[in-house]
Amino acid sequence: MNGIHDLGGMHGFGPVVREENEPVFHAEWERRTFGVVNLAMGAMQIHVDEIRHAIERMPPAEYLESPYYEHWIYGLEALLRERGVITRDELARRVAELAKQEKK
Amino acid sequence: MAKDEHTEPPSAPALRIKALESLLVERGLVDPGAVDEIIDIFEKRIGPRNGAKVVAHAWADPEYMKRLLADGSKAIAELGFTGLQGEDMVVLENTPKVHNVVVCTLCSCYPWPTLGLPPNWYKAAPYRARIVIEPRKVLAEFGIDVAPDVEVRVWDSNAEIRYMVLPMRPAGTEGWSEEKLATLVSRDSMIGTAIPKVKA
Repeated sequence: MNGIHDLGGMHGFGPVVREENEPVFHAEWERRTFGVVNLAMGAMQIHVDEIRHAIERMPPAEYLESPYYEHWIYGLEALLRERGVITRDELARRVAELAKQEKK
Repeated sequence: MAKDEHTEPPSAPALRIKALESLLVERGLVDPGAVDEIIDIFEKRIGPRNGAKVVAHAWADPEYMKRLLADGSKAIAELGFTGLQGEDMVVLENTPKVHNVVVCTLCSCYPWPTLGLPPNWYKAAPYRARIVIEPRKVLAEFGIDVAPDVEVRVWDSNAEIRYMVLPMRPAGTEGWSEEKLATLVSRDSMIGTAIPKVKA
């Protein structure tokens, strides 16, 4: 599939930015995302190709602007919806509930 | 598609993953303890020190180097490094005539069992976009000046194959133990964006 993920050879992205002594994860949500996505892939027999293809369906502007592990979240959400494991509404409700709890 | 996917802007990723985790736990698809375990493995137990041991062993043992270049996955498994994202390993030998460098232009494919998880720059747009059209320039930014008569080979990973560079053993390391040799091997030298050097 031709799309924004196919970055090889594109111009205009600027210099490669490196971080000295970079940690494996930069935030707790990155840790959880890595663990949850890997385990869900194992439990549901999702192959790497499949989640990568789901990520490749991200809206292009969002793909470029979002942090790396948000791509994983997007891919997992898409596959869970498509396989009928969760619905969009159910996820939105759970997000709203958790947001409410965190405000307390 | 974009319109359908996003009638509202997406919530913060921290909330989304928390919500997903709780829904998956309720369905018995994810065990929260196992999430902690896999995080711990990749944060503390797997990393480029594994790959450095492979490289040092190859430098010290010519027979092992032959096996490593002939069948990367099998030879790496001899040292006990197997698992996710290391199933089909191809080891690329740097020589005085060829410098190899690895990328995944489409995403972030990387040999987890030997190198751990990739640094951000490997997964970000600038490296993926540029290393395939101006490799010498990008390598120069990493501090490597590849001589004009040395061929640069850029290897683009795919969904199955994972590449790892076998850098050249630096001069002045004759008689070194494998342990000492391994200290010269950085993560970047196995991606191809650094060259092992003996500190003067």
